[in-house]
Amino acid sequence: MTRILVPSGALGLDYDKAALERGIQMKPDLIAIDGGSTDSGPSYLGSGVSKYARSSTKVEWKGLIEAARTAGCPLVIGTAGTCGTDGMVDWLVDITRECLEELGWTPRVATLKSEQDPREVGKRFASGQVWALDGAPSLDRKTIEDCTHIVALAGAEQIQKAIETEAEIVIAGRTTDTATIAALPLMQDDHAGGAWHGAKIAECGALCATNPQSGVLMVEFDKAGFTVHPLAYDARATPQTVLAHMLYENADPFILHEPGGHLDVTDASYEALDEARVRVEGSRWVASDRYTVKLEGARVAGCQTLLMATIRDPRYVESAQAWIRDIGHRHAKKVENRMGLAPGAWRCDLRLVGIDSTLGELETRPGSPTEIGVLCTITAEDQGTANEIGKLMNPYLLHHPLTSEEEQPTFSFPFSPAEIDRGPVHEFCLHHVMTLSDPMDAFRLDVINA
Amino acid sequence: MPEVGKICDKVRSKNAGPFWLTIDIFCGSSDAFARLSGGLSTKRVAEALGTDTKSIKRFDIKDLNVIKISLPRPVVQGHPGDRDMHGAAWASVVAELAVD
Repeated sequence: MTRILVPSGALGLDYDKAALERGIQMKPDLIAIDGGSTDSGPSYLGSGVSKYARSSTKVEWKGLIEAARTAGCPLVIGTAGTCGTDGMVDWLVDITRECLEELGWTPRVATLKSEQDPREVGKRFASGQVWALDGAPSLDRKTIEDCTHIVALAGAEQIQKAIETEAEIVIAGRTTDTATIAALPLMQDDHAGGAWHGAKIAECGALCATNPQSGVLMVEFDKAGFTVHPLAYDARATPQTVLAHMLYENADPFILHEPGGHLDVTDASYEALDEARVRVEGSRWVASDRYTVKLEGARVAGCQTLLMATIRDPRYVESAQAWIRDIGHRHAKKVENRMGLAPGAWRCDLRLVGIDSTLGELETRPGSPTEIGVLCTITAEDQGTANEIGKLMNPYLLHHPLTSEEEQPTFSFPFSPAEIDRGPVHEFCLHHVMTLSDPMDAFRLDVINA
Repeated sequence: MPEVGKICDKVRSKNAGPFWLTIDIFCGSSDAFARLSGGLSTKRVAEALGTDTKSIKRFDIKDLNVIKISLPRPVVQGHPGDRDMHGAAWASVVAELAVD
């Protein structure tokens, strides 16, 4: 049997300390936690930064280092620093050094780096080793080479290599959500389908149970399947909550693709062992002929300037849609006339907060609010251009009348200057897999002095 | 006509990676599941979401009383035209659909 303790869905989301203590008492074989995903958008990967505060990360990471030391088992983090770039692995290594110094402990630390050289990926693309997944955008070599960061998602094989170094702490760059949890059970010949399925169920911590925010979960893997055990006193896993987690952030609730194959849970059975624990058997691992890793890449999509105005005048609130349409046309003409910019070289999105800013054309219940926020987002090639386009918008949002006959109105600006420069914005441009002849081909493993 | 959200327990939506959206309808009972599985056509859902039926992957999961609907994101997550980074509000579009 292999016991994997999962403290929470991501480092930075906090965990229930009493539940973690219970987990340590149960003598886990490994503590696994995730550092992030693409879920918060392309900016984190594009600029290679963490979504979570360094202070939260450090406090929680230090707690987990102490837990691993007490339990005498390895601590493994995947997707360090939200996006799992090399820079974010180094960022967490720095935090680790601070923690270890404060704890007076000198364990062995291994890093697994996942970042890819865009030119190298471009070469592999040209030689037919990069394949589009369903729903992928069109791709060419230039798009790949324009990426500010590309990461490959490590699977169980690369995490196993890191565990084999006998490191007490493993800090990995981008990995699949499941790899850090499935790696050790697979090494110990537990049921392969069970290893991947249990890893998917546990990847968000106690999200597969009641009281999901408690975080801490133990998964026990064996030769036939796995058992899920949430560790907060008021958290319970039921067949329903466990099964439901296969749906989470997953387009297909029965199939999960991983490097080297896929998990099929169509025939899995879920049984309540008691009030808190669920037993799962019958999941299948189907190995593939070729070994592929998924790629994620982001590039700069321009720079943005925001403006925000609020409208309280009832007549303007009522006619807000027509008002922003008129503003949009007039502003576009002015940008062309004054700046000589062609319409395709920039974009301006005017959204009415309180009416339909979330859903746009899909909204069937536009609101009839007392006030409206007008959010103007300008995207252009560089910051100076975006700001200049924003300055051309400013007078309209401040004073534009519905008709030429009326007295000049004034609307509310919450800020001065009204233009807020957001800097570069990024876009995801890879939804592809890359074929590898050896799983370690695209990854770099080091044991470091921490 | 009653709405999906009034018949089921909960509708949630989320990204399934940057290029896909997924919407889970938790029916809560086999009766509600039968009603929605039969009464909510994929065509209606596709129209409400501004896409076509062939772009939609639909899973009616009787064991769970869940209907899952996945589709490629009409606007890729984080694109300047994207209004909803985590895909949170698509659930409301489905929850507010009327069922025969």
